[in-house]
Amino acid sequence: MSAIVIATVVIGVIGIVVGVALVYIGNKFHVEVDERETAIREVLPGNNCGACGYAGCDAVAAAIVSGEASASACPVGGAPVAEKINAIMGTSAEAAERRVAFVRCNGSCDNTFVRNNYVGIKDCRAASLSGLQPWSCDYGCLGFGSCATVCPQNAIVVKDGVASVDHESCVGCGLCVKACPKKLIELVPYKQKTFVRCMNPDKGKDVKAACQTGCIGCRLCTKQCEAGAISVEGSLARIDYSLCTNCGKCAEKCPQKSIVTG
Amino acid sequence: MARRTFRGGVHPIGHKELTKDADFELYLPKEEMVYPLNQHIGRPASPVVKKGDAVLAGQIIAEASAFVSANVVSSCSGKVKAVEKRRSIGGSMVDCIVIENDGLFENAPGVGEKRDPSALTNEEILGKIKDAGIIGMGGAGFPTHVKLAPKNADAIRWVIANGAECEPYITCDDRLMRAKAEQILQGMDVMLRLFPNAEGVVVIEDNKPEAIAEMQKAAQKHDRIRIQPCPVKYPQGGERSCISVVAGIEYKITQLPADVGCVVENVGTIYAIYQAVCESTPLMERGVTITGDAVTRPCNLMTRIGVSCNELLTYAGGFKDGVQAAKMMAGGPMMGIAFDNLTVPVQKNNNALTFLRTDEVVEAEKLQTNCIRCGRCNRVCPMGLTPQMMSAAFAKRDYDRYENKLHGLECISCGSCAFICPAKRPLTQEFKVAKAEIMAIKREQQAKEGAKK
Repeated sequence: MSAIVIATVVIGVIGIVVGVALVYIGNKFHVEVDERETAIREVLPGNNCGACGYAGCDAVAAAIVSGEASASACPVGGAPVAEKINAIMGTSAEAAERRVAFVRCNGSCDNTFVRNNYVGIKDCRAASLSGLQPWSCDYGCLGFGSCATVCPQNAIVVKDGVASVDHESCVGCGLCVKACPKKLIELVPYKQKTFVRCMNPDKGKDVKAACQTGCIGCRLCTKQCEAGAISVEGSLARIDYSLCTNCGKCAEKCPQKSIVTG
Repeated sequence: MARRTFRGGVHPIGHKELTKDADFELYLPKEEMVYPLNQHIGRPASPVVKKGDAVLAGQIIAEASAFVSANVVSSCSGKVKAVEKRRSIGGSMVDCIVIENDGLFENAPGVGEKRDPSALTNEEILGKIKDAGIIGMGGAGFPTHVKLAPKNADAIRWVIANGAECEPYITCDDRLMRAKAEQILQGMDVMLRLFPNAEGVVVIEDNKPEAIAEMQKAAQKHDRIRIQPCPVKYPQGGERSCISVVAGIEYKITQLPADVGCVVENVGTIYAIYQAVCESTPLMERGVTITGDAVTRPCNLMTRIGVSCNELLTYAGGFKDGVQAAKMMAGGPMMGIAFDNLTVPVQKNNNALTFLRTDEVVEAEKLQTNCIRCGRCNRVCPMGLTPQMMSAAFAKRDYDRYENKLHGLECISCGSCAFICPAKRPLTQEFKVAKAEIMAIKREQQAKEGAKK
């Protein structure tokens, strides 16, 4: 009988002591967690894919609250998630426009020619470091698909020596932009349909020698454009996507067919 | 303490017999000269001449634009034809100054005047070296005036002249030591003046007995300099290998030779220092070995920097039997850079042009298999790395493991691992890519942190 009493008392005392200690420690080491952070964490997809560039969903939630990342930081969640995050953060939903990747090169096997028999690792960075550039154009797509390798959505395929992005499955995470050693890929608004598919800044004569569809800077497109969206810097046309109306007149007139539409 | 040799290393066939007995022939270029503005490591030089200007040989045409940068000096007289992008020997288009060569090679005033270096202060010596546009002429091209001005000059204990020339095929340093032994040692004396506590050591591989004999004969008159012959092994000519055999020190990639009390310069660079300080002649000339089994008449040429490779090849008799070389390289086969266009100019740091009939990289790729885990790459790595594990980490793009666990940034790209690999894996290329990727990631992080501040 007394054994039971002793046991009960001992366990009871331990319980009280530990309970008090836990309450004390809990108060002493309390970490302030922003409620918004927890809420954002709830609306994020939660598969910790890392496409945002942060260590996982927890990290990006913290970054959004601290203002380091924007509400549209999660490329996988896209617009619906960004909307919810905006609601939590009390910011406007303006920034949540969908963006997709676009490869600014049309130098396929037919349009360019092989300059060197490149041997070695089949990787764009490796080829770009080599003194023996495989293709005639110094600036064009190397076609080894380093961008396709990093794409979490399998949205990039290399066809005919040039990478191209499927805009429907692209989530605009930007990993391919970083992977391309030639800096050919840029994030463009999803609704944009007209692009200059060339990044060769050389003079027209040199471009023509390197590629059949390179931009030669003839400025015919700037004359066509009613919105004034196209500018030619050096000898390379560039479209200002905020002004472009996607009328497609520039693409019709382009003698080199380096502007594409639709 | 000094060691007999360094860790690891391989023994590629030397092929030095092609040009070993060919003394320098003076070749003065006839066609236009091209001077890339980024021949050195660091910021490209900024041009100080414009189209239409008349220039003389020895005149500065582009000035160093930052602390780590170097002047570019015209090596011919004539008229500036253009300042434009041209293809360089590295394969990319870079800003160049193009000079229409009038063929007279008229020197700028003061060039060639003899000068007694003992009358100069240390600052004046460094100024002369800087004005002359001297960079490391063994290959890397680090500006010499920066290398010779470490934080604490008294802490330098060894000034090492690198005459190892371990790269197969190349013999221009060998011939330079045979022809200009006294001048090289006088150049070393100039360097030793900057470092009062240092001992001068000339490292020469013992497959160059004539050069060793010449240098030893000349060194008798120089108290502070000794000649150290060392066994033939690639990469003896690497900066780290030289320091290892002279001082017995190995050091990390984050350290510079000056941090361990050493200054290493190629013998060609030291000859250029002699010319700049004692003869008021800036860096205009250099020895270039034209070699390989695809050349009619392999030779050593003393020529002007900026000459096109095509001109030198024509002088050397062109391709043997008119057969285009399968592989053209600036430098030797181990660390040289392949190039595809003969119109590119010779730079300050091009010690050789090698033309080969067979492209061994293509041959090797046909035989390439998976890694057979023989571990030979580990044995030969002069940095003591584990190439087969680094290769596995690269295959997974696990750059964190590559950098922090396997210390892959210590790789000096000497090519010993790829040379020895029986499975013909392109190890060195993989590591070059990995290092480039890691550096790109680091730059991006730095930019991000900079933006936060």
